[in-house]
Amino acid sequence: MSDRTIRGKTAIVGLGETRYYKRGAAPDPEFKLTLDAIIMAAEDAGIDVRDIDGFASFSNDRNDPPRLMTALGIKHIGFSNMFWGGGGGGGSGAVANAAAAVAAGYCDVAVAYRGLAQGQFGRFGQGARVAHAPGAMAFTAPYGLMSPAQMFAMRTRRFMHEHGIEQEALRSLALASYYHAQRNPRAVMYGRPLTEEDYDNSRWIVEPFHLFDCCQENDGAAAVIITSAEMAKDLKRKPAYILAAAQGTDYRQAATAHNAPDYGTSNFKSLAPRLYAMAGVGPEEVDVLQSYENFTGGVLMSMVEHGFCKPEEVNDFFDLENFKFDGGTLPLNTSGGNLAECYMHGLELITEAVRQIRGDSPCQVADVNVSMVTSGPMVQPVSDLILGREPNR
Amino acid sequence: MSDPYPASSQGTASAVPVPTATVERKYLLPEGLPQPAPYPEGLAAEFWEAARRHELVVQHCKSCGIHQWGPEFICYKCHSYDLDYVRVSGRGRVFSWERPWYPVHPALQKGVPYIVVLVELPDADNVRMVGNMVGDPMQDVVIGGEVVAVFEDHDDGEPPYTLVQWRVV
Repeated sequence: MSDRTIRGKTAIVGLGETRYYKRGAAPDPEFKLTLDAIIMAAEDAGIDVRDIDGFASFSNDRNDPPRLMTALGIKHIGFSNMFWGGGGGGGSGAVANAAAAVAAGYCDVAVAYRGLAQGQFGRFGQGARVAHAPGAMAFTAPYGLMSPAQMFAMRTRRFMHEHGIEQEALRSLALASYYHAQRNPRAVMYGRPLTEEDYDNSRWIVEPFHLFDCCQENDGAAAVIITSAEMAKDLKRKPAYILAAAQGTDYRQAATAHNAPDYGTSNFKSLAPRLYAMAGVGPEEVDVLQSYENFTGGVLMSMVEHGFCKPEEVNDFFDLENFKFDGGTLPLNTSGGNLAECYMHGLELITEAVRQIRGDSPCQVADVNVSMVTSGPMVQPVSDLILGREPNR
Repeated sequence: MSDPYPASSQGTASAVPVPTATVERKYLLPEGLPQPAPYPEGLAAEFWEAARRHELVVQHCKSCGIHQWGPEFICYKCHSYDLDYVRVSGRGRVFSWERPWYPVHPALQKGVPYIVVLVELPDADNVRMVGNMVGDPMQDVVIGGEVVAVFEDHDDGEPPYTLVQWRVV
């Protein structure tokens, strides 16, 4: 069993991000944004983009590897892969698949990427404009339950009910993302600070989610380059070694019409122990956390399920002061994340996790050895990533 | 405030006023939302046909006896393919709920807020169903509170269909 691990075998060596835009504001179409991000990631790594021979993405990314490699004049590819499932559940999973392909020898230089222009292709926050709701959608859409916020408010309400969670716990997560975005010029919400009063006075999207509990809708693209630990040592940037990368979903979580037996959950309960065992670290050793915020309620549940706090401790622990990069006990979403930097489907959380290892985040946490990402609470499957400054712990 | 779905009216297809709306609507939510289309494979057809008869049915395993929802071709517990639909009482408990304010569909522009409830059915292994709560959209909803299914006929649907909604007992 001990040799069946990804730990320490691969590293993230290059980051590429387009400018991030409010939906509809990108000057370029999604495919061109994706090309940009991949080219920038290769340049950042000091690799010729034509040497990329593996592609991994998620959430039915429209920008397929055959078109990308053709457009880029890539000589050949040895790996092309799509992580099943929707939402941001596959962000870390795409990196995991790319890393596995590198470790298995399917390819040498893999890119995990996401191109997403909601202005060009439609907003995630809107219900489907169809006359007939097919399949399982028939049990929800006719009742006006159509958007991701509405899907996940229901789970969040149940968790809040079971554990006596107060609205202020959700608020702390919005405040943390906006706090960090004010130092990050890439952030769409840069220069737009959020106060407790702003949050409290903001309109409801769907109770218990205020406007600021919900992710943005954006245009942009992001990409990260993964290669072997051996090759990483000779490249120009400090490697962020992959200590663990894993995906999972719990028992019958995809039951339709909101019938998952364990309902007030973000779906990380079986994954989190496997992740920590793979990395050889526990939650107490995580120096900085990027936790995917589709909606604040999912962050809250996923942090509990990853062992950062017990359900009965949430109302005390979920406080902005605990999440600040400068002095918090668990620096959280230090680029502004999906709420305040950009909703690049969580790829932007992975780039930030790598920056924290490199030491060049605008909200740099001191002495980062272990940098963690959780991807896609409440969807199926979900995935996680733990990065280390050294290949072994 | 008058109850748009008094118990005595269950089974009728009369137009019902919505209490807080300034204009009377035929249904709890405005018209124009997607209507149910059964699974192409016919999985849920019996459920929607039963709703037209104002009967609430749930998929049931003839082999091991468990209820499962949403419907599937196989029993998740014993892997039997021998599944049918059985009628249940329509009594349920609120398991969770939410109040949408942002209109995610053009039809909802003049229909917010409204309440979506997730109801568990104790006499069907606590399977859950999604519906709207009848009555004041600003009412306090109590998790664990008892509700009963009411049937909202959309005879003008193409084809006609019936939604299962929920009313506080």
